[in-house]
Amino acid sequence: MLASQIGYYSLILSLFFGILIIPISIKNFNNVSQKIDTRIISISFLQFFFVAISFFGLIFSFVNSDFTNETVFNNSHTTKPLFYKISGTWGNHEGSLLLWLLVLTLFIFLFLIKSIKEPKKYRIITLLFQETIIIGFCLFIIKTSSPFNYLFPEPTEGLGLNPILQDPALAIHPPILYLGYVGSSIIFSASLAALTQNYISKNWAKHIKFWILISWFFLTLGIMIGSIWAYYELGWGGFWFWDPVENVSLMPWFCLTALLHCILVLEKKLFYSSWILILSIATFILSMSGTFLVRSGILNSVHTFANDPERGIFILIFLFVLIFISLIIFFTFNKDVHQQSIKISLLSKETSILVNNWFMMYFLSVVLIGTVYPIFLEVLSSQKISVGPPFYHKLIIPFLIPFLIFMSIGPNLNWIKSPIKKIKIQFFLIFLISILTSFLITKKFGNINLLNTILIIVSFYLFFITIKDFFSKENINFSQKISHFGFSLLILSILLNSIFSSEIITNLKVGEKIYFNKTTILFESIENTNSKNYKSIVGNFKIEDNKNNLTKLKPEIRVYDYPFTITSEADIKTNLYSDKFLVMNIVKGNEYFNIRYQVKPFMIWIWISTLLISIGGIFSLFRRLHEK
Amino acid sequence: MKNKILLFLSVIFLSFCFIVLYKGLDNSNIYTPKDISKKTLNKFVSREFFSEDMINSEEIFFGNKFYILNIWASWCLPCREEHPALMKLSKKQSVKLIGLNYKDDIKNAKKFIDKFGNPYSIIITDVNGTISIGLGAYGIPETFVLDENKKILKKYIGPLNDQSIKEINLLLK
Repeated sequence: MLASQIGYYSLILSLFFGILIIPISIKNFNNVSQKIDTRIISISFLQFFFVAISFFGLIFSFVNSDFTNETVFNNSHTTKPLFYKISGTWGNHEGSLLLWLLVLTLFIFLFLIKSIKEPKKYRIITLLFQETIIIGFCLFIIKTSSPFNYLFPEPTEGLGLNPILQDPALAIHPPILYLGYVGSSIIFSASLAALTQNYISKNWAKHIKFWILISWFFLTLGIMIGSIWAYYELGWGGFWFWDPVENVSLMPWFCLTALLHCILVLEKKLFYSSWILILSIATFILSMSGTFLVRSGILNSVHTFANDPERGIFILIFLFVLIFISLIIFFTFNKDVHQQSIKISLLSKETSILVNNWFMMYFLSVVLIGTVYPIFLEVLSSQKISVGPPFYHKLIIPFLIPFLIFMSIGPNLNWIKSPIKKIKIQFFLIFLISILTSFLITKKFGNINLLNTILIIVSFYLFFITIKDFFSKENINFSQKISHFGFSLLILSILLNSIFSSEIITNLKVGEKIYFNKTTILFESIENTNSKNYKSIVGNFKIEDNKNNLTKLKPEIRVYDYPFTITSEADIKTNLYSDKFLVMNIVKGNEYFNIRYQVKPFMIWIWISTLLISIGGIFSLFRRLHEK
Repeated sequence: MKNKILLFLSVIFLSFCFIVLYKGLDNSNIYTPKDISKKTLNKFVSREFFSEDMINSEEIFFGNKFYILNIWASWCLPCREEHPALMKLSKKQSVKLIGLNYKDDIKNAKKFIDKFGNPYSIIITDVNGTISIGLGAYGIPETFVLDENKKILKKYIGPLNDQSIKEINLLLK
């Protein structure tokens, strides 16, 4: 009760500070002094501090199960473990927006501290853009989705958190993803500010790269954790479903990855500066559009929060105001005058980075069209169409082939121009090795179509070349090596995983056995157990292959009371080669259980390689901090 | 000047996007195919293929232990490919085969049945494709295996093959 009150008033205070900072900044902007007013930094800190208080107020209400708070009532329950009471704070619409706001205010504060060497006017304008976003979010929360609504009389019990959200991966997935999204807001504000101040330079590239790396790192990690959660918890035995909400997080990622590569060019030469601006703006706009699509209820998916048209309209208007502002600024200030005119050879790093960008934009457009087109079509012609995995697979997979080839060759080229002889015999040798490797694989397992064979060849090519690069002395960019190696590993494991996965679905009762791919699956027994907030039925399965290796799997069916939900927890045995995945479901009024058993090769490598990709980003970040 | 035209065009395009999205908020809940296994079948009404009487899904899914719903069309080549498999399945007693004729010309569809045989106990038509969308179908052919409670046990996207027939046989015990 008290915590909620404090939380609510702190939120209003932080809005007040957000508004207060604007006149002070404008005054300071017109001032002759070269230094930024220290009051600005202190107010920015206060703003962050009060949002933090407000956020902790909400956490406190959740921990104490204070059901006079509507958000707590809707999303919590007294029997929930403490960990999920806390993570429940951001497992709902209102709380997660408060978390957005918290990260927004934290990032602008950090930006102000970290950018001391940058010009004053540039910093102030960045702050002003960022404050516009913050105030917008503040108003949005207070007006349409306050997490502190008061309920009277106090309900005795809460409604409970959706059980599929009660999972450790999902407890950390939103905060990490938001760090990525919100990081892109700093890039947005900073690039607009740099544009108005005509400050797009090599120095600016060095400075903004830090923020690009941060937000890219968290976005990659956040997407990965979400995907791990889907794999373990949704029990469909896949890790990517092309669900609109997954797509929405993937789109800024494509943009940000393109930006990350482009900024490398800008660090060296003043190339692509308008393009970089467009990318910086687009990344944030895509993150915001994602918020709109998820929060407005315009899409239906596992992730959608409670639908409320009023919220949708607010975000939509806010989103388009931001788009129009950035458009107008872009067209007024962007003059493209300082573009250096150097001829770049076709065989150069600049060109290969440009090619990378084309591919990223292509993938981005495919995902964008697949996600948004159904909405447009329904509004314009009231036709309903379905866009599912086949669409994305058909449009994306074939284009991976040239993409992977460019990715293998590109990083080994020089800036401006590479002599032809640099494309050494090694490259052809490695190509031959990859053909040989995939030939052996095809021969051993058979039944692989031509497209997949070519894909295996090119991904092995990238794989071998990145390994080779680890031993070459020429290229010192270690973080790039790790990330590219991780990417080649990722493509390879996804490919082998999708080609060699096998599955069986059948009904079994206790004591029955079934043969599948030279293995025996024996359903031994079931046990009933009671946990704090659910009852569970655990099945004991014995899997024996033809070499007499025994695996025991214990899939679980959980029956949650608040709210009443039945979830299936898959049991997964992971080793370096493959995952064994077993999930069971109740067949009503029957002693039979529906069993789904899958063998998924190289599953763990998908996570490891994604981790490697993001570790590459972290390395680069540390190197930058070290250099300073 | 060139910039101004560009700005103007992008403003128009974005305003268009805004209006569409704004309208989209009213009729939310865009349909995307979901993994609908474990769910039960929704009710629907459709026209019977031969008699052209309207028929309720309740009447179709009645009195059997298992049902197989197969979406097909005469213009669909993979449907011919899977047809022999369906003919084999139709000999099983425990299961009722239901054909859903998707966006088809009725004459062509009848020719198809005359030529290749009729594996279905009943055929219903889906002239505008709405029933298939309601079922969460991606395309045709697509096959759903349902139990007596109309719960979807398994769905096959694309033509049935020997492997899927084996699986279906396992499900039907």
